[in-house]
Amino acid sequence: MNNQRREILKAGGGLGLFGLLAAAGLITPGEARAEWNKAAFDAKTIDETLKALGATAPANSADVQLTAPDIAENGAVVPVGVVSTLAGVEAIAILVEKNPNPLAASFMLPVGTEPSVQTRVKMGQTSDVYALVKAGGKFFIAKKEIKVTLGGCGG
Amino acid sequence: MSMNRRDFLQVLAVAAAGGLALHSNPSEAAKAAGRMYDLPRFGSVSLLHMTDCHAQLLPIHFREPDVNLGIGPMAGQVPHLIGENLLRHFGIRPGTPEAHAFTYLDFVKAAKTYGKVGGFAHLATLVKQLKASRPGALLLDGGDTWQGSGLSLWTNAQDMVDACKALGVDVMTLHWEATYGEARVKEIEEKDFAGKVDIVAQNIKTADFGDPVFKPYVIRNINGVPVAIVGQAFPYTPIANPRWQVPNWSYGIQDDNLQKVVDEARAAGAQVVVVLSHNGMDVDLKMASRVRGVDAILGGHTHDGVPAPVIVKNAGGQTLVTNAGSNGKYLGVLDLDVKAGKVVDFRYKLLPVFANLIPADPTMDALIKKMRAPYEGKLAEKLAVSEGLLYRRGNFNGSWDQLILDALLAEKNAEIAFSPGFRWGTSLLPGDTIRMEHLLDQTAITYPWTTVTMMSGEQIKTVLEDVCDNLFNPDPYYQQGGDMVRVGGLQYACDPNAAMGKRITDMRLGGKPIDAGKTYKVAGWAPVSEDAKNAGGEAVWDLVARYLKGQKVIRARPLNLPTLKGMAGNPGMA
Repeated sequence: MNNQRREILKAGGGLGLFGLLAAAGLITPGEARAEWNKAAFDAKTIDETLKALGATAPANSADVQLTAPDIAENGAVVPVGVVSTLAGVEAIAILVEKNPNPLAASFMLPVGTEPSVQTRVKMGQTSDVYALVKAGGKFFIAKKEIKVTLGGCGG
Repeated sequence: MSMNRRDFLQVLAVAAAGGLALHSNPSEAAKAAGRMYDLPRFGSVSLLHMTDCHAQLLPIHFREPDVNLGIGPMAGQVPHLIGENLLRHFGIRPGTPEAHAFTYLDFVKAAKTYGKVGGFAHLATLVKQLKASRPGALLLDGGDTWQGSGLSLWTNAQDMVDACKALGVDVMTLHWEATYGEARVKEIEEKDFAGKVDIVAQNIKTADFGDPVFKPYVIRNINGVPVAIVGQAFPYTPIANPRWQVPNWSYGIQDDNLQKVVDEARAAGAQVVVVLSHNGMDVDLKMASRVRGVDAILGGHTHDGVPAPVIVKNAGGQTLVTNAGSNGKYLGVLDLDVKAGKVVDFRYKLLPVFANLIPADPTMDALIKKMRAPYEGKLAEKLAVSEGLLYRRGNFNGSWDQLILDALLAEKNAEIAFSPGFRWGTSLLPGDTIRMEHLLDQTAITYPWTTVTMMSGEQIKTVLEDVCDNLFNPDPYYQQGGDMVRVGGLQYACDPNAAMGKRITDMRLGGKPIDAGKTYKVAGWAPVSEDAKNAGGEAVWDLVARYLKGQKVIRARPLNLPTLKGMAGNPGMA
């Protein structure tokens, strides 16, 4: 299974995962063109971003789980995942507080999609990272600190 | 050669009578050795645990720290107790061989009285005896085994691989091993260790898809009891050490995955689950509070010689957490009584390995001599004589590190020098000759390049703050387990309790405040970036050897230590 997955991606070459998924009929071209919220991606602070997303004062929720390393191995590609046990999840966003533009990723989930996303974000310094989930028209949030360190000196 | 108990007591008596200044009365010495090593068997499952030997095949001296601060909830807690505080906590009498093994107290005198510790030939005798008296016992190796000596560096770890096979290691996990590169680790696993030693690590995955790189755990049957050994490699290897050495491997603590692995092992029938960990003790203690179903975490990395386990309560019951020191000084013995599929009782002893009390195993002795033979000349090269005690351990500095800093400052004509806060490195007594072997004990790494960098005052502060947070972050999951970077030339004050970015103050050079905007010439070594690898640079041992030969006699020198704030009364400091 794992090897097969690796081979398929190698074979896919320049097409990329998204193109492959589209080519395989797993997603429709329409889904690949989710609406681009320019104001949210251009926002400079967490508050501005939340406002642009229409998510002022989201509730802290234990039903939103943010999976990420405690210390990043490489600040340029920090793996971050969000899952939620909430019903009716419509959207998931990942925000890095200390990035110049906090909004790192925004996912629109069609009805029936399992609320589980993974991506890699770029981080220049230690920061709180937020997972924002829209479910049933309401916003929920969870956060975790990810440390970005110079490295060395261990052991 | 297997030994019964009577034979073992006999060889202990002979060894004790022969080599030891322990007691003036040889029969008393024999009794002391018997008391220390003749452990009555308990229960049906026994695990022997060694960790962080750092490739020390021969007996050595190793001074335990006099500064090992715990901050926040860790203040005053095991393992952050030193000297008399440690003795009091564990009920060890001062002035005994155990007091010498576990503390720095009266180090030089006690080292002369009790002699060297560790050495694989002596360890082998002890392991054989314990395996004979505890049928089915496994020998677990917590890692940091292949790195730390000139011989291991020059043989690309082959000396330690062969020695561990001869010693009878059954299962191991990893940290510094990875600094030989991914390919070398896999080669050893697949060729040398095949069918003999299992490498386990639930928290090393491929960086692309998160596929396992090693077995997460193995189940071994011990006297009818299925025992799972789960591996936890050092979670921050690609951060604390060069990432380019393990470009395709991703680490991390991953306690969610650990829980899955533990549950899977239990479902597969394991009645005992033990985590062989290289997290470091503070991380192990936190992990033990979060993960259910682990009977014991046998830990290493932070080099804490902890005489008795810490018992951590959690949602699944309780977990024992141990740490078995470093440099081959100790062997941990965990005996478990398993009834109706559950651990009901235990005994634990961290045995100090006194080379003068335990005779060398002839087979291991011969193997070590054979492996060293081609390199003896290089290792024995005389560099200087040290008038003072040379040691490394301690949160902020050690006399070995001060010597390396002084060499860097002089040879690079720098204003400031940095030396990494490694916790390995053997100790030399006053009057000892410093040989190449001893210098390599402090420096033998696969990225030994010296560097000179022009750094602004602001950048220097950033470096100090960053490393300090890796040591004193109040959440152990954000720590890396080394000590503070050693600093030459520059004076500073440090408040470990302060927040990240606010711990370092009053930085001065020659009495004058450091200017954030001014640049300074800074020397260092052990750079982790790939750029530094490509840039090259003289190996630190060549630079320090040249300095030592020029000096000939090394005076005992004062340590450059920060002014500490807010640490008065902390039992992690003398």
